[in-house]
Amino acid sequence: MKWSEAVLPESVAENSTAAAIAQRLPDAIVDAKMAIDGPVLTIAAKEILPACGLLKQSLGFERISAITGVDWWPGVPRFELVYFLHSLRHNARLRLIVRLEEDQPVDSVCAVWRGANWYEREVFDLFGVHFRNHPNLERILMPADWEGYPLRKDYPVHGHRYSYQDE
Amino acid sequence: MIEGKAHVESLDAERELSVEDLSGIELPPARPGSSRRFTLNMGPQHPSTHGVLRVVLELDGETIIKARPEIGYLHTGIEKQCETRKYQQVIPLTDRVDYLSNLNNNLCYSLAVERLLALEIPPKAQWMRVMLCELTRVASHLIWLGTHALDIGAMSVYFYCFREREEILKIFEMFSGQRMMTSYIRIGGLALEPPRGWHQAISKVLERLVLGIDEYQNLLTSNPIWLNRTRGVGMLPVDVMIDLGVTGPMLRAAGVNMDTRKDCPHSSYELFDFDVPTRTANDVFARFEVRMEEMRQSVRIVKQALDGMPSGPWQADAPHVVLPDRERMKTQMESLIYHFKIVTEGFRVPAGSAYQVVESPRGELAYYVVSDGTANPHRVFMRTPSFANLQALGAMLEGVLIADSIAIMGSMDFVLGDVDR
Repeated sequence: MKWSEAVLPESVAENSTAAAIAQRLPDAIVDAKMAIDGPVLTIAAKEILPACGLLKQSLGFERISAITGVDWWPGVPRFELVYFLHSLRHNARLRLIVRLEEDQPVDSVCAVWRGANWYEREVFDLFGVHFRNHPNLERILMPADWEGYPLRKDYPVHGHRYSYQDE
Repeated sequence: MIEGKAHVESLDAERELSVEDLSGIELPPARPGSSRRFTLNMGPQHPSTHGVLRVVLELDGETIIKARPEIGYLHTGIEKQCETRKYQQVIPLTDRVDYLSNLNNNLCYSLAVERLLALEIPPKAQWMRVMLCELTRVASHLIWLGTHALDIGAMSVYFYCFREREEILKIFEMFSGQRMMTSYIRIGGLALEPPRGWHQAISKVLERLVLGIDEYQNLLTSNPIWLNRTRGVGMLPVDVMIDLGVTGPMLRAAGVNMDTRKDCPHSSYELFDFDVPTRTANDVFARFEVRMEEMRQSVRIVKQALDGMPSGPWQADAPHVVLPDRERMKTQMESLIYHFKIVTEGFRVPAGSAYQVVESPRGELAYYVVSDGTANPHRVFMRTPSFANLQALGAMLEGVLIADSIAIMGSMDFVLGDVDR
């Protein structure tokens, strides 16, 4: 669905960042709403890299605060990637959301912000989301030979190996 | 520089070598495959990594060519556990994420949930929260100073700092019954009523702190060994640090005035008068100065809180969220029922998501709480400052001597609970 400046909800259309993205990358914004700390824009998965590039180069978001994921299983699309951006010079914060299907990969934004490296590794480690073109996409918190993705909703809290019956 | 002459009794028995002679010795450059180049494991168990951090170092003699930090040794799945608990049961977990600045984590989580609930927190609770968070900042910086100095070799500072911190922990015990994992800041206000005599107790502690901070800074600043080991060490260009996501005193020591307490004021921080110290030298010594000054500013904030503490309730007026007064619970039926319902079933939080940022002693701390309308959080994500700061370790340790790497790791002030969760 294409959102243009005229179609952005009123609360977000006033926000210059959202308007700029809607203008230059018309296919990027899928949904938009306003939260207390700034706008929350849902971006199409294939447009996340150009959108982030635009945000850093032209719109002043020099910092990426964090990247994380949310699992909405058994809802569809399953995963929700959340990017928290911060602009030091404008003192503004922005949240980007990308909805992904279960095995859908997404482009890594490490080329835009180096700080995205470990956060994307963590999302890969705990959710199993694959990031294309990531410098070293390997597990970061779990041991390297771990099987399964712990923060998924169908992964039990105590883990699969925790069973007294087998030992 | 230490001046002295080293008398070497060997082949050159007649010639006395001075320190200047020894420092000018040039080692031949390493050839590829030569024996001077090897990989050293600064294992997860190491006194100077401040926790279970593994750094794999590729060395050329004593110079680090490449450093690869490996984390995950303290990963306990706190975020996963949060999803199985009620909202109020998550608070003791947040204590243990950054176990040296518990109240800051409590505050961040409580503020995020209060945003989702749209709760109004009374001014007294907000001022008490600010006061206790600033005391936590002082306590955390005291540990940083003690362990940082200990790593570099100044052992006495460690004892002085822990002695001061002991007084602050006694204050926390007075308030909540617990020295470290206080869980004192709850959703809707505070856990318990502030105890009798807290005002005098904190005033006494502040008097000691004011003198102590100056004394400890003086111990180190006028010490030539300290200056030699910390000046000019650990510099990384500012734009690289910002790109890597570094926040907190490391960024402020590079000249960037970023402090969440000023940029996104929360919990009445805008009513307090304090400065955000910055330096431009961007080395370990600058970070030391920034943290010492932050301690002084925190003391200033606590003094203002003591002087101007408003009166009134210390919990929000929200009977379905906040536990009722204990005495009333024992005598009134409605209070008993509310207490029972809150403790066993929890309270439902409207669906939505909230991202709350606070300033932890280590940098920008944020909690992202996603609610799906039930009494259990759907997702709690902790954006911890040490995780982002540690990313910069690989870049910061390139081309650095091993001894300097210890000073750099101390100046980063990361806590592994923060990193791994």
